[in-house]
This record gives sequence, C-alpha cells and structure tokens, in this order.
Amino acid sequence: MSTGANFADFKSDKKPTWCPGCGDFGTMNGILKALSNTGASPENTFFVAGIGCSGKIGTYVRTYSIHGVHGRALPVGCGAKIANPNLEVMVAGGDGDGFSIGAAHFIHAVRRNVNMTYVVMDNRIYGLTKGQYSPTSGTDLKTKTSPSGTYMPPLDPLALALSSQGTFIAQAFSSDLKRLVEIVEAAINHNGFSFVNVFSPCVTYNKVDTYQYFREALVDVNDIGHDPTDHEAAKKLILDSETEYQGILYQNPNSVSYEESHGLDSPMWDLSENPPEDILNLLREFY
Amino acid sequence: MIDDLNWAIGGEAGHGIDSTGKIFAQALSRAGRHVFTSKVFASRIRGGYTSYKIRTALVPVQSVVDRMDVLVALTKRTVEENLSQLHDKSLIIYDGERTMMKDFEPPGNMTSLNVPLQRLAEEAGGAIMRNIVALGATCAATNFPISNLDESLEKQFSRKGSELVENNKKAALLGYNHIFENYNPSDFGYILECTDSTYVLLNGDEAIGMGAIAAGCRLYAGYPITPATAVMNYIKGRIEHFGGHVIQAEDELSAINMALGAARTGARAMTATSGPGIDLMTETFGLVSMTETPLVICNVMRAGPSTGMPTKQEQGDLNTMLYGGHSECERFILAPTTVAECFHKTVEAFNLAEKYNTPVYLAGDLSLAITEQTYSPDEFALESTKRERGLFLTETSELEPWLNTQGQFKPHADTEDGVSPRTLPGIEGGIHMVTGLEHDELGRRTEHPPTREKQVQKRKRKVETAIEQENFDYREFGSPDSDILVISWGSNEGAILEAMDQLEQKIRFLSFPYVFPRPDISEAIQNASMVFVIECNASGQFATLLEHDSLSRVTRILKYDGIRFSADEIAKELNSYLLPEEVVLK
Ligand SMILES: Cc1ncc(C[n+]2csc(CCOP(=O)(O)OP(=O)(O)O)c2C)c(N)n1
Ligand code: SF4
Ligand SMILES: [Mg+2]
Repeated sequence: MSTGANFADFKSDKKPTWCPGCGDFGTMNGILKALSNTGASPENTFFVAGIGCSGKIGTYVRTYSIHGVHGRALPVGCGAKIANPNLEVMVAGGDGDGFSIGAAHFIHAVRRNVNMTYVVMDNRIYGLTKGQYSPTSGTDLKTKTSPSGTYMPPLDPLALALSSQGTFIAQAFSSDLKRLVEIVEAAINHNGFSFVNVFSPCVTYNKVDTYQYFREALVDVNDIGHDPTDHEAAKKLILDSETEYQGILYQNPNSVSYEESHGLDSPMWDLSENPPEDILNLLREFY
Repeated sequence: MIDDLNWAIGGEAGHGIDSTGKIFAQALSRAGRHVFTSKVFASRIRGGYTSYKIRTALVPVQSVVDRMDVLVALTKRTVEENLSQLHDKSLIIYDGERTMMKDFEPPGNMTSLNVPLQRLAEEAGGAIMRNIVALGATCAATNFPISNLDESLEKQFSRKGSELVENNKKAALLGYNHIFENYNPSDFGYILECTDSTYVLLNGDEAIGMGAIAAGCRLYAGYPITPATAVMNYIKGRIEHFGGHVIQAEDELSAINMALGAARTGARAMTATSGPGIDLMTETFGLVSMTETPLVICNVMRAGPSTGMPTKQEQGDLNTMLYGGHSECERFILAPTTVAECFHKTVEAFNLAEKYNTPVYLAGDLSLAITEQTYSPDEFALESTKRERGLFLTETSELEPWLNTQGQFKPHADTEDGVSPRTLPGIEGGIHMVTGLEHDELGRRTEHPPTREKQVQKRKRKVETAIEQENFDYREFGSPDSDILVISWGSNEGAILEAMDQLEQKIRFLSFPYVFPRPDISEAIQNASMVFVIECNASGQFATLLEHDSLSRVTRILKYDGIRFSADEIAKELNSYLLPEEVVLK
C-alpha cells in the first residue's frame, strides 16, 4: 500500500543542527525512508521524540509530533496508539533517554507490546549535555564524568528487551542505510512493540564507538544464516557479548499487539455532545 | 438539631468491616433514609483498628458528629477507641463467647447486647457471616425493618448465587431474633423510620469516576495509590462500554505521559493519584501546560509529606498544585466541596481543560473519597452532561483561518483571548509539532526574546479569558449580612454547614470549589469584623492565599491530625472565638 508520500514529504523545512557527521543524520533518514516505504503518510504518523541530541529529530520530521520530557517518550507513544490505533506511532530517542532515565518505561513498553516502533539512536554517550557516560558506554570509556572509565559493565539493550519478552528485537547502524531501512521497515510492519537499537556515532564526544569501529565490528545476522523466529538462536546471539550484531535478532511471528488483545480498534477522540442514554446505568448501580 | 442515629462497626483490618458497613448503609438508603458514612482504616491489610461509621437521618446529613449511639464492637479496642463518643443511652453489640470480647463490661450505664455472633453465623452456614448477624441484631435494636437489610444483602451477594444470599438472610434473621428473644428493644428508644424516597448512595471517588465517564473520558492511565485507587477501580470495567480504556501504568511518570499521549490524539484523558504521585507527575505537568494539552489530573489528597499517613485526611497539597513545576505554568485547580460536587467538578474539569487547552487539577481528598453519601438521583443528570470541546478542529476545512502563509497550522496561534485551536493527528493539513521547549506559533523551538514574551503572555491570557467567561464563584451559605465571615475550600463544607446550627451567632459562610482561579473576596474580608478560614493542614495554605489577596489577616482554624473535621469540633472552635468566655467555659 502506498499513499504516494515519499521520503522528502516526511522532512520538515527545519535544518538539523546536529554536528556535521553525527550519526543521527543517517538514522533519521533511515527512519523516514522506512516510513515512506511502508506507505505511511505524514498526516497519519505520530512521532514522539525524547530529549537529547537525538530528540531533536522531532523538529526535523514533518508528521504530527511531540517532543516531550527526558525519558518519557514511550508512555506518550503508548497512550497515543491506544487512543488512536489507526495512527502509525514512531518513537525515537537517545540511549540515556531510553535506558537510564526512562529505563522502567522501556521494560514495560516491551512487555506491553503496543503496536509501535521504538528506535534508539545509540551513541553510547550523552551528547546534548556534552559528553558524560551513558548506560551503554563501555567499561573503559573515558568521559567527563568517567575520566578513568565507568567501572561498570554496559547495559545490554537487546538482552533487556529479550528478558522483557520482546516480540521484535533488532539492531542497525546509521551508516548502513540499506539495512537500516529494511530493518526499520520490518519493525513498522511488525504487529507489536518493535525495538531497533541503531548505532548512531557521536563524532564529538565518543572517540571509541566510531564509524570505523562499528564498520569493523558489526556482524550481520543475514550473513550467518540466522533465523529471527528461532528464539533459542536469538538468545544465543543476544547473549554473546563478544560480538556486535546487525539485523533482526528476534521476531515473534505470532505476536499479538496490546490493542488487538484488548479489542481496541477505533480512535477515541470523537464524542457526542451528550453521553449515550445508557449512561444512566452508571447511576442505577447506586440505587 | 438533626434527629439522627450514629452507628458503627469496629474491629481489626481483615474483619470485613468495610463491606459490612456498606451493606447497612445500602439498607438504610433503600429504606429512604439519608446516610453519611466515615471510616477509620489502617493501611495494613490485616490487623490495626478499623471502623465504619454511619450517620443516618430522615433529612440530608453532611457531616460526622462526635456521638456514637449503637456500636458493634468486634474487639475491646473498638470500645476504647469510641469511649469519648459513647453516652448513657448507647448500645454496644458484642459477642461474649469470643475470646477477644470475653469478660467485657460496658462502661458507664450503657446497655450492652451480648449476641453470639459467631455461633449464630455458623448455624446459618458459616462463621464468616458473623458481621451479618450483627446487622440483624442492629435492625432489631433500632426497630428497623429487616426487609431492608434483606434487599441490601440481595444486591451485595446475588451475583455469587442464591444460596449465599439465603444464608446471609438467615444469619441476619438469627441476630434479629436473638435480640427480641433476650431483650426488649422498645426500651432502647431508637426507631429508624423508613420513607418512600429514592436515593443513590455513592462515595467521592465513585462520583469522580462516574463524572469522568459521563464527560467522555476515554483513556484513564493510573498507578495505584490510596486514596485514589478507587477512581481507577471504578472506571475499569465501566469505561470500556463507552469506548474507553484503562491502563495501569508502571509508575505515575508513565501514567501522566500516557494520558498526555492520548490527549494529543484528541481523546479526553485523565489520571488520578495522590500527593506522592503528584510529585512524580510535576515535570510532565509543565509539559502539558507548555504544549497546551487538555488534561485532567485528579489529586485525591492524603496526609504527607513523603509517605506520610496514607489512610488519613489532609488538604496539604494546595501549594504543590498551585506552585508545583518549575518556572510558571498555566493551570486550573478545582476542589469539589461535596460528594455530589465530585461528579460536577469532574465534568467541569474536562470542559475547562478543552476550552482552554490547559491542565486541570481536580483536588479531592481522603474524606470525600471514602464518604458514602445519599442523594436524590436528580442531583446527577448524567444524560444531559455537556461536553464542551473548545476550539477543536476535526475537519481540514476548519483549519483555514489557522494556517500561516505557507499553509502551516498554528497550534499556538497568538490570539486575542489567548486560546489557540487544537487539531489531531490524521487530519490532512494540520501537521504540526509541539514541544516542551519555548516555541513559536507553529510549535517550533525558539529562544527569540519577543516570541518568548508573546507566548508567555498568550498562555497567561487564556486564564484571564477563563476568568471573564467562566463562573468561578464560591458557594454562599448563612446570613449574607453577617460581619462574621467563615471561609473554607474543598471537603469541609458539610461539617461547617452543620456546625452553623450550633452557633448562637449568625455567620456568612463562603465555600470555595475553585482554588485557582478563585473569586476575589478581598472586600468581604476587609469589611468583616472577624474572618475564619477552616482547612485541614498545618499552615493554613488557603488562608495564606486569601491574606495575600486581601492584604489582611485572617484567623485560621486548622486540623492536621489525620481526621476530618466533625461538625461538633468546628462549632466548638468557632464558639471559642464568638462566645463570651464564661459561656465557653460552661
Ligand atoms: C529531568 C532532566 N534531567 C536532565 C536533563 C538534561 N539532559 C538532557 S539530554 C540528557 C542526556 C542525553 O543523552 P542521550 O539520551 O543519550 O541523548 P543524546 O544527546 O546522546 O542523543 C540529559 C541528561 C533533562 N533535560 N531533564
Ligand atoms: S554532540 Fe554528538 S550526538 Fe550531539 S549532535 Fe554532535 S555528534 Fe551528534
Ligand atoms: Mg546518547
């Protein structure tokens, strides 16, 4: 299905203020290409952006969008999708936004399985606040707040999603546009909560998790013949801390979305001027 | 003075006190009697003193009084807890065969009615029904037709099968007969007459929930917290029939953001919580205000700070609701003064939110939440509930006046009255963003000083417009000419009204359902010879506001021990100021 909206229709006339070379450019382009490929229309898309350099994406897209408070993008998306299941709900934000201040929402959004897509623009650093370590920063990453490393293992977003019974778990890379678009497209088409962790290098504050690093390190699951519907195989890859993977690691083909299991299929905005007559049944209970 | 009867059942948490009390309240309501209930409960599920008190009369009752006429005591502590309220004519119903009431001696000249509650319940089919035996005994002791209790039992248990209903009726009858076989109830002097009047019986949380559904709330997101949980429990299972949905969120941060997300799609949405949850929601409250999103946030207040006293009364969050959130943001604060007003103010909250694209705090409190009160059904005209949706544009053709020269929609259009239009995702031509950052008319981030000023002024103007167009008035009682002014906000209204009967002097009583914006009564305050502000907190938060408004001092009558005001307490307090000293001493 296509409404004829193309990639450019999803871009606002605001010029991004990201640093030249920032991974967020590629990630945004990937998301918008994927949206246009699935036939979504800007009018019918609700975009929720977190707070961070990544969160600025909300300003650069041309859809209905909201740029909320730090860490709370997922609940906003969840409420929007439930209140209008016809909308295409896309949520995007940073690794700090999603896995630190908003970590609880991530876990529960995965479990709730509302049919929406969540793209984390993971640069393993706090960009907007100018270079502090993030939950996905490596143990040895030296930052302003970790001059000799973080002394903590990084959080593993894919494993967190897996243990929260995620139904779509994927990883991509901002500079491999072709795969990024394919993966986000599959995420949008998935019936349930789709999580795509997208490595989006911060060229200013993270000198370790660079384009070059990811280019060399990433192993595409397609190249190793991985079957994403095989939960056991997915588990093995996700828990393999030696290798960083790109691709759809797990997809539950039988996923049933929250809305579907609750029989929610129509928008909630329309109201008659007065309630329907059977509203009186509410009062009758109190007789 | 009202010809009333005060009855209570008391015991430990886990004794089924609450449901027993509710069954009796229902029986009284069905018998055409007015009812006003109050509860003492512990936050523990088991153990801890718990009671359910009912005041009933043929005329409306709106307060508790410090008197206990008939007390069902499941524990000795129940009697101790109520000692100051018991009097010579009080009746105490207890089970002398139970170890916890063994060797019980009634204090003073009271009559004690020893009823083998447990044994008779077992006879009827199970020990669990011992409270029902006590209700049967109550009917006999107060000359109240037991058929009313039977009806209430049917209502309570019919869903669980006819056998259970019959067993309960049998238990009630055994208790009833026991009294007549062993005592002479006409000696007691209590007669609960019935009337043909039809009443509904509900509490404040239920009234808020019913108001929300009638107002067309479609998405309720919440996280459990006493005493707001009952709002969620009520809405869940009912809202679905009207096309709505309830989400139990992972925390309050999520709850308010879910409600916000729903509201951005045009749905009427709400969340309810208590003080600790309000604190967590505060950052997002600013976002709601900044993005000009209509949202209803209900705060069923309890005693704080921190976890405070979760099951106790307080009106301590006025300042939090008024000033909470960083910087300055627009809001309305409504504080229903009665159970019925909980319904009306909820409806109004939804309308205000949408007419002015502004968050609305609906401030209830524990007392309203747990009070079951009778009303004529006419008080709740559900079918004619009006949904006023403001400048809500749902057709592309309506957007035209609100587009800039490039055809872009202006969600924060800088209008004369400050009110901007609202549209929703899915509408062609209305695409826009909103953000918590300061923004221009299009919703785009800006730090341009004149634009900042314009948007701040625009948001402030909405409130000024509301003050002009809405009727944010007080409720006036008593003598308009009296120069003794008594003022209160929220749930104290009923107790003050009843206290007025006990005063020698005539007073003018203004009850405030609007905290912000609120009517300006500076002149009345300045002209009065004495001004009393009555509220349940330790500093007199509303009193301070009125002092700022009027630039004059008021006298505070405050309560912060966790228990609501009784009419008697208020009368005593006021009299201590109003009566000459000798009279007070007497
Ligand atoms: C409640 C709150 N705390 C702190 C901040 C400051 N803050 C803004 S963005 C950010 C971290 C951003 O990191 P990340 O989510 O990884 O986004 P990035 O900038 O790297 O894209 C912080 C701490 C804030 N806006 N709100
Ligand atoms: S600081 Fe880093 S994340 Fe932020 S825009 Fe620059 S490169 Fe991108
Ligand atoms: Mg980051």
